[in-house]
Amino acid sequence: MIGGLFIYNHKGEVLISRVYRDDIGRNAVDAFRVNVIHARQQVRSPVTNIARTSFFHVKRSNIWLAAVTKQNVNAAMVFEFLYKMCDVMAAYFGKISEENIKNNFVLIYELLDEILDFGYPQNSETGALKTFITQQGIKGQTKEEQSQITSQVTGQIGWRREGIKYRRNELFLDVLESVNLLMSPQGQVLSAHVSGRVVMKSYLSGMPECKFGMNDKIVIDKQGKGGAGDDAGKSGKQSIAIDDCTFHQCVRLSKFDSERSISFIPPDGEYELMRYRTTKDIILPFRVIPLVREVGRTKLEVKVVIKSNFKPSLLAQKIEVRIPTPLNTSGVQVICMKGKAKYKASENAIVWKIKRMAGMKESQISAEIELLPTNDKKKWARPPISMNFEVPFAPSGLKVRYLKVFESKLNYSDHDVIKWVRYIGRSGIYETRC
Amino acid sequence: MTDSKYFTTTKKGEIFELKAELNSDKKEKKKEAVKKVIASMTVGKDVSALFPDVVNCMQTDNLELKKLVYLYLMNYAKSQPDMAIMAVNTFVKDCEDPNPLIRALAVRTMGCIRVDKITEYLCEPLRKCLKDEDPYVRKTAAVCVAKLHDINAQLVEDQGFLDTLKDLISDSNPMVVANAVAALSEIAESHPNSNLLDLNPQTINKLLTALNECTEWGQIFILDCLANYTPRDDRESQSICERVTPRLSHANSAVVLSAVKVLMKFMEMLPKDLDYYGTLLKKLAPPLVTLLSAEPELQYVALRNINLIVQKRPEILKHEMKVFFVKYNDPIYVKLEKLDIMIRLASQANIAQVLAELKEYATEVDVDFVRKAVRAIGRCAIKVEQSAERCVSTLLDLIQTKVNYVVQEAIVVIKDIFRKYPNKYESVIATLCENLDSLDEPEARAAMIWIVGEYAERIDNADELLESFLEGFHDESTQVQLQLLTAIVKLFLKKPTETQELVQQVLSLATQDSDNPDLRDRGYIYWRLLSTDPVAAKEVVLAEKPLISEETDLIEPTLLDELICHIGTLASVYHKPPSAFVEGGRGVQHKRLPARAGSGESAESPDVGQAVSAVSDAPPAVIPSQGDLLGDLLNLDLAPPTSNVPPVPSSMQMGAMDLLGGGLDSLMGDESETSASHYRTEVQSPQPPECSERELGGDVGGSPAMGVSLGGAPVGMPAGLGAAPAVGGGLGDLFDLGGGVGVTAGSYIPPKTVWLPAMKAKGLEISGTFARRSGVIHMDLSFTNKAMSVMTDFAIQFNKNSFGLAPAGPLQVLTPLSPNQTVDVSLPLSTTGPVMKMEPLNNLQVAVKNNIDVFYFSCQYPISLLFVEDGKMDRQVFLATWKDIPSENEAQFQIKDCHLNSDAASNKLQGSNIFTVAKRTVDTQDMLYQSVKLTNGIWMLAELRIQTGNPNSTDLEVGVIFLSGLNSNLPSSRRRTSWHALLSAPHHLSLTTQSVF
Repeated sequence: MIGGLFIYNHKGEVLISRVYRDDIGRNAVDAFRVNVIHARQQVRSPVTNIARTSFFHVKRSNIWLAAVTKQNVNAAMVFEFLYKMCDVMAAYFGKISEENIKNNFVLIYELLDEILDFGYPQNSETGALKTFITQQGIKGQTKEEQSQITSQVTGQIGWRREGIKYRRNELFLDVLESVNLLMSPQGQVLSAHVSGRVVMKSYLSGMPECKFGMNDKIVIDKQGKGGAGDDAGKSGKQSIAIDDCTFHQCVRLSKFDSERSISFIPPDGEYELMRYRTTKDIILPFRVIPLVREVGRTKLEVKVVIKSNFKPSLLAQKIEVRIPTPLNTSGVQVICMKGKAKYKASENAIVWKIKRMAGMKESQISAEIELLPTNDKKKWARPPISMNFEVPFAPSGLKVRYLKVFESKLNYSDHDVIKWVRYIGRSGIYETRC
Repeated sequence: MTDSKYFTTTKKGEIFELKAELNSDKKEKKKEAVKKVIASMTVGKDVSALFPDVVNCMQTDNLELKKLVYLYLMNYAKSQPDMAIMAVNTFVKDCEDPNPLIRALAVRTMGCIRVDKITEYLCEPLRKCLKDEDPYVRKTAAVCVAKLHDINAQLVEDQGFLDTLKDLISDSNPMVVANAVAALSEIAESHPNSNLLDLNPQTINKLLTALNECTEWGQIFILDCLANYTPRDDRESQSICERVTPRLSHANSAVVLSAVKVLMKFMEMLPKDLDYYGTLLKKLAPPLVTLLSAEPELQYVALRNINLIVQKRPEILKHEMKVFFVKYNDPIYVKLEKLDIMIRLASQANIAQVLAELKEYATEVDVDFVRKAVRAIGRCAIKVEQSAERCVSTLLDLIQTKVNYVVQEAIVVIKDIFRKYPNKYESVIATLCENLDSLDEPEARAAMIWIVGEYAERIDNADELLESFLEGFHDESTQVQLQLLTAIVKLFLKKPTETQELVQQVLSLATQDSDNPDLRDRGYIYWRLLSTDPVAAKEVVLAEKPLISEETDLIEPTLLDELICHIGTLASVYHKPPSAFVEGGRGVQHKRLPARAGSGESAESPDVGQAVSAVSDAPPAVIPSQGDLLGDLLNLDLAPPTSNVPPVPSSMQMGAMDLLGGGLDSLMGDESETSASHYRTEVQSPQPPECSERELGGDVGGSPAMGVSLGGAPVGMPAGLGAAPAVGGGLGDLFDLGGGVGVTAGSYIPPKTVWLPAMKAKGLEISGTFARRSGVIHMDLSFTNKAMSVMTDFAIQFNKNSFGLAPAGPLQVLTPLSPNQTVDVSLPLSTTGPVMKMEPLNNLQVAVKNNIDVFYFSCQYPISLLFVEDGKMDRQVFLATWKDIPSENEAQFQIKDCHLNSDAASNKLQGSNIFTVAKRTVDTQDMLYQSVKLTNGIWMLAELRIQTGNPNSTDLEVGVIFLSGLNSNLPSSRRRTSWHALLSAPHHLSLTTQSVF
């Protein structure tokens, strides 16, 4: 199991050092600093073995978190734990920075004592932790409160405490998708997938039992069979094939496995209910058509057309096209029909920004790039043209069908809950080779 | 509240100030001071001098302060054991606190203080906490047992904590269960033989129930523990799999990977024709792909594991090639791993896409990545034959880019392509030669030189090219020098007229001016070859080369199987067994995949490699499966049958065993000395040696009839047949007869002999024997460690042998074998392994592996091992078959010195599965007709004649085996036995003989 956990600043100074196992000595702290943080070359692996000691590290801004062990630990678990550690710290004091860590080092030690025992991760749900790790002391607690804490920390529903009350029962669902594309210069889709998340903000009283439904093809088809297929006619885009999905630990997985229904008691506040991935019938919001021509040895002509491919009534926002330029670029002239375009020498790219663009439109940019003559034999690698945008729909086609709330003990019903649903599609890695 | 100020104090005299503050009356000031101490401790300053002052602050009702003091204690108690005792009281008191959080905190901290005196005090509170009413305290106490075990294992056992811990597996609270499982698994790791984690269907059921309810981390502990269980049958295996699959949708990647591990392992047991097996395979792919959208570090872990999974079960991800395409901004470690998996998944169906991608990658920035991409193109060419042409043209395009390292890498792989597809792509040589000047890496230079030498006849200016390299001969690396030498010799043999000068030059450079012994030796060899017999030289140097095999970087199958059992862990990230990077005995146990039930395929068969390729649709067909490899090695290495076993039997001993001696030796050829020496001990021959030698000569060697019959034995007999050793083995049993009457019936078991002396095996000595127990063949082995270091990781394999003997299960040497320790193991054998005729027939070549090396030895099994229980032939069938036996299939022996009457002999033989079909008495002779069936279905029939003369006579002899019809030649005063060995259809009866005379 994890033998110790160290946090360093970018200079390699230790901010936090907590050792859990006897086989990890103080020299491990220095070994990591010397061999990884101060290493000359780029880090080649997130797992490093130095003198039979293994170091796992992740970096957040310029803070290094390293877990150390001498045993054959579950490596995936160690990384998951490090991410979780970051989440917990962020939930307590915001951004993970040197200053914040120094300011909260007592709290961090207290957290580390709680969520890692002899190197075994324990309950690390912030909802539960915040009930008894507060930095305010736990003096005033009654016996009932104490046992409530411990039963929540160890219990089946470790992510939610009992006795939550809201005057207004409300929930917000955000379907956040990032659409990824890799397209050949000829417009052939090399790979495309959507990775989506359903984020929920719940402000519900008591211990509500929720059921979430979406247009999952498997569910719809199953119902279609039973219900004589009343939407058979429009089922063209009615349902989507989900390649795979994963759920927050509150979701009953065995129920999903057997009935494909998503039921759970949600944590209070914001959390990620599920993640999913689709690859079929993705709506690609934009198409990029590049044209690069080398005119002699010192000039490049670039023309890029973008076409929006969604309902004309919808508006895409924050559109940005990034056209890479060679390292030996000396000057660039750009003409674009819409938005603003600029050559950014420091980034070796032409950045073209458009604030808004409606569906089924197209726009164009053309640029002349002057090159300095070089005798560098190496050819320009022509990195792909990348794109950023945000659209108000889910490129996967996912639709939320319902989210039912049942709380039998309190007197509010599903109808009394105010529900909000929002869809946001963003570009992930959206690249077209040129 | 800002605590950062505590980090800033660096002035001198600080300790002194802190001391004063710690002893202050004001609570706030005290707390401030402790915080400063902890901050200094973090930075690495030694603040142990403040120990008593800090411990004084422990008695407080401020929990925050208490935790800080505890933190300090954990760090420094070890360096101040005497003062740490001061803290004990507070701990014991806190363990009684009404607040469960404080009770838990106390027991948690106490376990982290590694001071013997404190641990003594820990036992009572711990015992109470393990039974605490509050689950939070119990779950903390469970982990504390593991802590205590790490400090003092004996104490934990003596105090009975292990049993309490086992009880916690049935706790009502899922988190307590999870922590108890984690603690027990860890303790069990350091006691490999104990049955601590006594996993049975009931506990498994409890664990599976807890799995649905506990935290994500608890699920990981439970799944990792489940992976150590071996289900009883495929049904149980399936039902566990069904309950584990929902975990594949968990948001935590570690839960998913641990679930994959359980499934991959238990899948081994499912019959492949089962519908569920196919369903499971389909269910595995999506979660594995999803892992690739996790954070890069986790992607890396996932990719390293997928690399293993793809090698074990390529069908799972064969349609998912696209997700492994490299993204422009992937971290380099993710890129390199993806590339590896792409090549593994490359097949004819997707090769076009893969090549297009690889070509793209070859223009990237990162040099390592580009090189790997170029190399990957070459590997595709070798792996997918249909793509070779496209790969070559892609490589040529890359060479045109003139990017130095790309060109060099391309040339190295093109050389490999030439070796795989000779005489196909030589047209590109011209292009390669254009780039000769730009090559500066030894590997690329050597590759180019090899190409020039190999195709010297097609390159007009080959001599000039090679000559240009020769100028700086001494500055080249050895690799290049050796290659240059060979290439020029090749050139000379192909174009002798123009290149005489060149070859002389290189030979003298290599032999006279070089310090490198390899180079000199090679130089001299060529020189001699060329000067004595140029024709022979041509044959040697220009001999046709074997084609290179496809991939050499696949993980060896047994290691792969072990790594599959470690999915998700560091071992699977390093692709090394835990013993390679974990110190001490912890976690170095070998894990194995369970054997497949049902479908009759034994997963532990020596040819795991074959199993792998059988699974895949497009088998990687790479390195020869281990079995073959072993076979080859064995064939090469093992000339003499046994190693220098016991003292070589002298004539004395030979004489003593003449009972069997004559016939046996002549028939069996070199029957092992082991058995010979054994016979000697078993049979107390009263005969003087000279006499018996004469006997031998007379009876066997000298008998012309015998000679004829032996010589006439068919030569080119089908493999796997051959009654000779069978007869010999049978004789072995008969020898046993010599042991005298009253020996309990039962199959004959020779005593253990040394098969592998320690000298030959780096300190490992193996002795053993064979036995047949209740119908199962066992190989009883004793492993003795005569080396200085601990031995682990034992595994065994057999070469193909005459009767298809193969281990029926894994070799169960569980303990790490410490120096001077001996372990006895009984390995059940099956007879369903691959068959190959051995010489002698009952020879068995064995390879044993441990953490140090692989060792080979051979041993011989008594043929009676193969006599099956249902070997009694029906009388009528016996009669009919007896008549049909061709005479050349018959053999006769004589056994002497056997003090048995016919009934006793019959009983005794029955013990070894030699059955008496009928008995008849003629004059003073008892005739026993006997049948024997071998595991491979071959029958042997025998006629045993026993002279019922004076059984008390001391120099009685037992006849051995005669060819029928020769009986009359033998003195009738002797007991005689006649055996007719035969094989039932469709086999031929055969007798192989290799006379030692």
